[in-house]
Amino acid sequence: MRLVLSKRENSSRWMGLLSPLIAVALTIASGAVLFAAMGLDPAKALAIYFLSPISDTWALQELAVKATPLVLISVGLSLCYLSNNWNIGAEGQFVMGAIFGGAIAIATHGVANGPWVFPAMMLAGMIGGAALAMIPAILKTKLSVNEILTSLMLVYVAELLLDWLVRGPWRDPKGFNFPQSVMFEAEAQTIRLTSDGRINIGTLIALVVVMLAAFLLSRMLKGFEIRLVGEAPRAARFAGFSQSRLTWTVFAISGALAGLAGIIEVGGTMGQLQPTISPGYGFTAIIVAFLGRLNPIGCLIAGVFLAITFIGGENAQIALRLPLDVTRVFQGLLLFFVLACDAFLIYRVRLVRTAPQEQSA
Amino acid sequence: MTTATPLMLASGIVKRFGALVANDSVDLAIGPGEVHALLGENGAGKSTLVKILYGLLQPDAGSLAWDGRTISLKSPAEARRLGVGMVFQHFSLFEALTVAENVALALDGTEPVSAVADRLVAVSEAYGLPLDPRREVWRLSVGERQRIEIVRCLMQHPRLLILDEPTSVLTPQETEGLFATLARVKAEGCAILYISHKLEEVRRICDRATILRHGKVVATCDPRQESAASLAQMMVGSKVTPTRHEPVLSDQAPFLRVQDLSLRSPDPHGTHLSGIDLEVRPGEITGIAGVAGNGQDELFAALSGEITAARPEVIILAGQPVGRDGINTRRKLGAAFVPEERLGHAAAPRLSLSDNALLAGHATNGFVRSGLVDKPGTLGWVDRVVAAFDVRKGPRDPAASALSGGNLQKFVVGRDILRNPRLLIVSQPTWGVDAGAAALIRQALVDLARSGAAVLVISQDLDELFEIADRMAVIFHGRLSPAQPMAGLAREAVGLLMGGSGFGPAEARGRDAA
Repeated sequence: MRLVLSKRENSSRWMGLLSPLIAVALTIASGAVLFAAMGLDPAKALAIYFLSPISDTWALQELAVKATPLVLISVGLSLCYLSNNWNIGAEGQFVMGAIFGGAIAIATHGVANGPWVFPAMMLAGMIGGAALAMIPAILKTKLSVNEILTSLMLVYVAELLLDWLVRGPWRDPKGFNFPQSVMFEAEAQTIRLTSDGRINIGTLIALVVVMLAAFLLSRMLKGFEIRLVGEAPRAARFAGFSQSRLTWTVFAISGALAGLAGIIEVGGTMGQLQPTISPGYGFTAIIVAFLGRLNPIGCLIAGVFLAITFIGGENAQIALRLPLDVTRVFQGLLLFFVLACDAFLIYRVRLVRTAPQEQSA
Repeated sequence: MTTATPLMLASGIVKRFGALVANDSVDLAIGPGEVHALLGENGAGKSTLVKILYGLLQPDAGSLAWDGRTISLKSPAEARRLGVGMVFQHFSLFEALTVAENVALALDGTEPVSAVADRLVAVSEAYGLPLDPRREVWRLSVGERQRIEIVRCLMQHPRLLILDEPTSVLTPQETEGLFATLARVKAEGCAILYISHKLEEVRRICDRATILRHGKVVATCDPRQESAASLAQMMVGSKVTPTRHEPVLSDQAPFLRVQDLSLRSPDPHGTHLSGIDLEVRPGEITGIAGVAGNGQDELFAALSGEITAARPEVIILAGQPVGRDGINTRRKLGAAFVPEERLGHAAAPRLSLSDNALLAGHATNGFVRSGLVDKPGTLGWVDRVVAAFDVRKGPRDPAASALSGGNLQKFVVGRDILRNPRLLIVSQPTWGVDAGAAALIRQALVDLARSGAAVLVISQDLDELFEIADRMAVIFHGRLSPAQPMAGLAREAVGLLMGGSGFGPAEARGRDAA
């Protein structure tokens, strides 16, 4: 007997929408098994993971703060992945955005400034993220260098640059030698939306970005170009679309969105540059993009769900003394189940009964 | 029926792929030493059946018998051990290896390459298939590559040789050579299963014919007792209307003029174009014949603008030098293009028909206003193409891959003909489509030319070009012969050009022996 994967003629549209939900359910079920194996009450642990982050307004605001960078980054990554451009380096572009935006905050520190500072920081952050993302794009189109490797390796370049800056030239002179920059002035902090929580303007920006991207993909010729290049590159050339120019465009957009997320995060939650500014948003956003089926609206929903696991993980650390690595396990399980569900969506599995003497073909 | 025990007997073969029944209770009996034709349109189930006979696929039901003994073939290696050899339509050769190395790889033993080379020379001489065992495959023509495959089979002393559309890649002269070889193979008592849709060939060389339609055997007959028309009718299931076409010659100024076009192919094993001159006049169909792989893809890419030329003035379109311009500039000047590959080049398989209408028409059909796609507009265009070209489909706007080959081809040809182009360049317009769709497409091309458009048809199907072209040129090793009027043009003369005589010494590929 053997298992045979054969391609389905037409995969159901409904199952396409349902499959991420099945993946989530399977993740929660395996989580329950995992907690039980660790000697914890699965119901209680799952409640801390998945219910405590949505239990009150303060928690909901935190959720929005965590979901914002994930949504911003994953929408950009979706554009890349739809067009077969594998930008894996959003984490680095996030950091570079924080560095570029932070440069303005530090330069205006202690000098007369005004309400233009934070918008300027956002612009600089987008330029920084896009500039870093353009490196793999140009290498790919000019020299056929694999963008997966270059974009990934540039993450370490950006992280080490930030590390050096906050230990060296940008270290706060009055900061007791801690490796961190000065606290940003009020004008250089991300604009908050409420007085009792940390939700900020970044969440509104993310919602606008989601809507713009959804409109781009469904209604605009450029969106068609993105889908076509990913679907059938030769047909895209026949349509007269330039693959190189599109590669630059989507890398620039996704880099800019990651950079924007970086400066919003630094300006909104830390208020200064530190050696580490991200719990891995740039990498988690890859999961978000796929869980959201590379669809901007899907990214919004998936981003909120992944943000729940981040906050749930922190809460579990406090309430259950679970290591933060459990969060990583959850995220890994989720990506695994998403991809597995997709495989079953595209292929059907059959058990083929074969004669005993046959060796597998 | 032969009274002797059949060499290979397939009974009640059923093979399903999902919902599609590719073979539906197929019976086939091949007698010893007989040349048996397997006839059918594309998609009739011929390839599925021979893959079962060669052990590549296992039937869902039914049985095979060899010499009257029931067998089950689980792999091609088992089939070869029994004495079944197969020459595929698409060769499985390593381009960078020599002829002898390729053959040695295919033989299951551990024979040294030098010994294989000696045997290879002996076999190839015995059957009139000259081959140099030391040459690398990439240097060889398609016809020579086919010889490798045939010799490779013959070296294993087959009792049944299966040939899948062997003449589709050959010139008329090479086809004659193949027939001579097959006569020798037959004389030695080896049976041949000959898969084709070329009816004249089948009538010439085959003793029996089994005709498949929609996965079922519709007839078994002696092809020599039938006419090509009666065979075609059995194959298609209805009478095929021939294209209405009388060759004409236009005296208008050419709409497309190509002067001394040379182009390096981006593909390392591609064919470079050198010094191509060509004129395409309004009102005429100009045909370009040639064996596959002689630069047709590169010529199409250069004319469409998918690859731009070195200088603008080598391609003059509507009086304007466009050699450096992209495909959409050329479309806006009135040109339209239909490439050879339907799925992946002419159309994106998983995108809807309206998206695929947008693909070719976004620069010319007014589908896009200030960056926004006019969705109702593209859908309306799909409806018009579907109605005008009889495209059969289920839902209103299905994915391109949901259409059958013939229906998708009608769509991709129709979406450009319907916008009344002043020039249509089409490559392999009826490759792999059913006879009904092919007839409709050919008639549409003729009608387009008669309405005053310039039409250029690049095709490997010589019969097709003789049916619809008004002038014809031949492409060989990236060079193009002068286009000649069809009146008085002999098939043999075209065949010689397809084989390269009359082109002078080749420079592009460095081929020194035929």
